[in-house]
Amino acid sequence: MYRVTVQILPKEGVFDPQGQTVKGALEKLGFEGVESVRMGKLIELVLDVKGEQEAKVRAISMCEKLLANPVVESYKILNVEEIS
Amino acid sequence: MRAAVIVFPGSNCDRDTYHVLKNVFGVDCHYVFHEERFAPTDFDLIVIPGGFSFGDYLRPGAIARFSPVMWSVQEASRIGKLVMGICNGFQILTEAGLLSGSLLRNINLKFVCREVHVKVVNNRTPFTCLFEEGEVIRMPIAHGEGRYFPSPSGLKPDQIVLQYCDEDGKTIDSTNPNGSYMNIAGIINEDGNVFGLMPHPERCCEDVLGNTDGKRFFESILTYVSRRRVYATS
Repeated sequence: MYRVTVQILPKEGVFDPQGQTVKGALEKLGFEGVESVRMGKLIELVLDVKGEQEAKVRAISMCEKLLANPVVESYKILNVEEIS
Repeated sequence: MRAAVIVFPGSNCDRDTYHVLKNVFGVDCHYVFHEERFAPTDFDLIVIPGGFSFGDYLRPGAIARFSPVMWSVQEASRIGKLVMGICNGFQILTEAGLLSGSLLRNINLKFVCREVHVKVVNNRTPFTCLFEEGEVIRMPIAHGEGRYFPSPSGLKPDQIVLQYCDEDGKTIDSTNPNGSYMNIAGIINEDGNVFGLMPHPERCCEDVLGNTDGKRFFESILTYVSRRRVYATS
């Protein structure tokens, strides 16, 4: 079994009001130097597959088909970890 | 005319749409459940109603687009049948690739539920043929994710059908309730038979509701379908 962590973020150039709002809040709290904040989703998948490569390929396929909207979102496989 | 109203788990404007088609316009109207299939020639009009299909989880419309019924909707649209997606229906149509672009969280992050002014910028569609070009109407909106964002391939000018505006028809930022690109409230596909809009025409078709500006969308469809029948038989 493999645990795959997938990150989905709004693409560059897509205005992200959630990220903007959080950025504003951080600045109001006195945190300096916050250049940008972007907010997306983190999806954790547990896959019953044979190897790390297969886990990765399956996760990419899931992102392409359902998990990310290619018009406005980009995705990244952050981590693939074997679990018992 | 035969019409279908698709019902997903979470659709909540399906009954309103059915009621308007059947009781206000006397259309032969049928509910079709999301797990059903139908033949491309079964219906002249397919409406994907508003609501929160599959709880809007992941993204509005992302899961609904894989329902079996959507294969039938695709097939019907391919042979030129009319497909109209209202609010969540619009989101489903973009996720399904039947309309280009995407609908994102409203720019102010608020759910907006109120009446707005909308301008009919293209009246050469089966859905708007009884409006004047540039006509300003009032319609209710109710959505949290209605900010239209175009796909990289963009839209042809004729594909923009409705724009948010002020009562004089000016499309300025202050009249844009969700931050949509170019104040877009409704678009059509390149073939002109698939229409998606965020405002709710089914909620403004009866005097008792205090607004009947939505009637002409349905009257346009009825007129278009009956004319097409005449052309087809003559």
